[in-house]
Amino acid sequence: MDLAKKDERLITVLVADDTATDRIILETILRKQGHRVLSAEDGEQAVICFREHRPDIVLLDALMPRLDGFAAARQIKSLAGEELVPIIFLTSLTDTESLVKCLEAGGDDFLSKPYNPVILQAKVKSFFRMRSMQRTMLEQRDQIAQHNEHFLQEQTVAKQVFDNITSSGHVDTEHLRYYLSPLAVFNGDVMVASTTPAGNLMVLLGDFTGHGLPAAIGAMPLATTFYGMVDKGFAMSDILAEINGKLKSILPVGLFCCAAMVEMNFRKNTVRIWNGGLPAAYLYRRDGSVEQIKSTHLPLGVLTNKKFKADPALISMEQGERLYLWSDGIHEARDTEGEMFGEERLLAAFAQNTQAPVLFDELLERVKDFVGQGQRSDDLSLIELLMAPLSSAYVTPGTEQANSQSQLAEWSLSFEVKPSSFAIFDPLPLLLSVLLEVPGLRNHSGTLYTIISELYTNALEHGVLGLDSSIKDDPEGFDRYYQLRRERTKAITEGYVKIDLAHSTDMDGGSLAIVVADSGNGFDPAARPELTGNEYSGRGLKMIESLCDSLEVRGAGNVVAATYCWRNDD
Amino acid sequence: MSDRQLIDHETLLTLQEVMEDDFGHLIDTYLNDSEDRLTAMQKALASGDGEALRRAAHSFKGSCSNIGAQTLVAHCQHIEQAAANNQLVGLETTLVTLQGEFGQVRHQLVVYQ
Repeated sequence: MDLAKKDERLITVLVADDTATDRIILETILRKQGHRVLSAEDGEQAVICFREHRPDIVLLDALMPRLDGFAAARQIKSLAGEELVPIIFLTSLTDTESLVKCLEAGGDDFLSKPYNPVILQAKVKSFFRMRSMQRTMLEQRDQIAQHNEHFLQEQTVAKQVFDNITSSGHVDTEHLRYYLSPLAVFNGDVMVASTTPAGNLMVLLGDFTGHGLPAAIGAMPLATTFYGMVDKGFAMSDILAEINGKLKSILPVGLFCCAAMVEMNFRKNTVRIWNGGLPAAYLYRRDGSVEQIKSTHLPLGVLTNKKFKADPALISMEQGERLYLWSDGIHEARDTEGEMFGEERLLAAFAQNTQAPVLFDELLERVKDFVGQGQRSDDLSLIELLMAPLSSAYVTPGTEQANSQSQLAEWSLSFEVKPSSFAIFDPLPLLLSVLLEVPGLRNHSGTLYTIISELYTNALEHGVLGLDSSIKDDPEGFDRYYQLRRERTKAITEGYVKIDLAHSTDMDGGSLAIVVADSGNGFDPAARPELTGNEYSGRGLKMIESLCDSLEVRGAGNVVAATYCWRNDD
Repeated sequence: MSDRQLIDHETLLTLQEVMEDDFGHLIDTYLNDSEDRLTAMQKALASGDGEALRRAAHSFKGSCSNIGAQTLVAHCQHIEQAAANNQLVGLETTLVTLQGEFGQVRHQLVVYQ
């Protein structure tokens, strides 16, 4: 037997023929060509031999005693399973019917008599190559299946982690409806929503570039930053800047997050919205008109914080009006022909809507109908925000009572904000974090935030900056008011707002005294009755009074003192 | 008729090249096989077993083809075809001719050995 080349595996060929002459010829040719040859004199022997030696290629005579070639071929193919064992029929059969019979039995080719060594060699080699290729393919298929299983496992775990992080604060409220596909995070979509201490609803919808795990990774810092800061009462612009900075520093170039962030103020019926790279948000007015809030910023994670502008637009929203946010999944959903859903169809859905409360479902249905049997519509993200009064069922996100020994009980602090800080510093998160150190106050953080923030805003805007709240009486005045506020805050060089907090405890609970004083000229509450109302322009003192145990305007009206009591069993 | 070249010279030369020292053994094997097949064909025809006749003729045809005995191949083909159609009448003559020509092939093969 010739030695096969080192790099070529010895090919084992089984020859089954009951005619010794033909068998001997084949065996000799194959051996001379360097193959290992096994012989069988009938179909039965062939099957047994195959089972024992698993040859690479089988040459079968069609007509043999005991078990003919057709039956042997069937058995061998079934023994081989998914492994490719080429069967070449040795035949001088020429009629089509017989040849078809060979093929049906699992034959891959024919070799006719008289045997031609060159043709035989070509067939053996090419079938062996085919067999090797198929074997490699099977191995790779198994590998891929293994990798895929592994990948799915990882994805499941990752999804759990992401879900835990991103949904930790999802608020269950009538104000918010959303649709996110189950694997949205792997499409790069992320939604986070939480309630601020003041009772506002803060929502951020993000769409990271790319797909899969890389797209999902940015969702973690985004979500933890969002929840951490919203809970502590940070302003939307601060949160946006923080997230932007974080994403900018951790994400590689080219990976960023198109996002829209919204803060719904249900007491003032206003909404702050910032859109960086997402499709225009739609504000569905009660008169049926649609206002688009287009992206005016670059996505998060692109600019350094020096260049980043977190200046949300402030829009007033009437009760019953709805705001829609979406990632580009809806606009780019394709039908079977590859056409995109697009903005026109979206606008048509709004135009044809007759009942605002069902628009959300209509939108989803339209997109799903449009996509039909086409590409799976699994990267749709849709959010609906409804302006409506806070229901009484609303509760502050529960903060657990820590049983720590080092708890604040009796203390006071005095905090003064000076002119250069007015524009850039919000004292609320700082003060609130101190208040949260008092276990008894933790569950009151929402109310306390509202009280202090109202008093501080009043002191700053009306006291120090001397802004006249009546400007805000009509919606157009809104913008003017805030424009003035910005200008004056920047220009101011004198003045202060001083916040004194004093806390004491007793048997049943404790009380917090809040005194906010400003450098302004004050006002006479009796002479300005509208200031105690709850109009847009009101100082909201009446509302604060309802939250406190006592409220007192002192001095010229530039000092307001509030007392807030809490009980252990609250 | 006995002078007629019943074997394809080229086929046999190729075979000789391939088989080298085993060529003699191959010829012996062929002659043995052929005797067996001819006996089987006679028996099948005598008992009127068309299927057995067809199979034997087919197998004999194959080895004759490999040896290059083209005339024998033609006779086998004729018998195989007739047997497949179960028309056994008249096949005795063909079988006798086949036997006669096989005798001559045997004779001529000796030359190559």
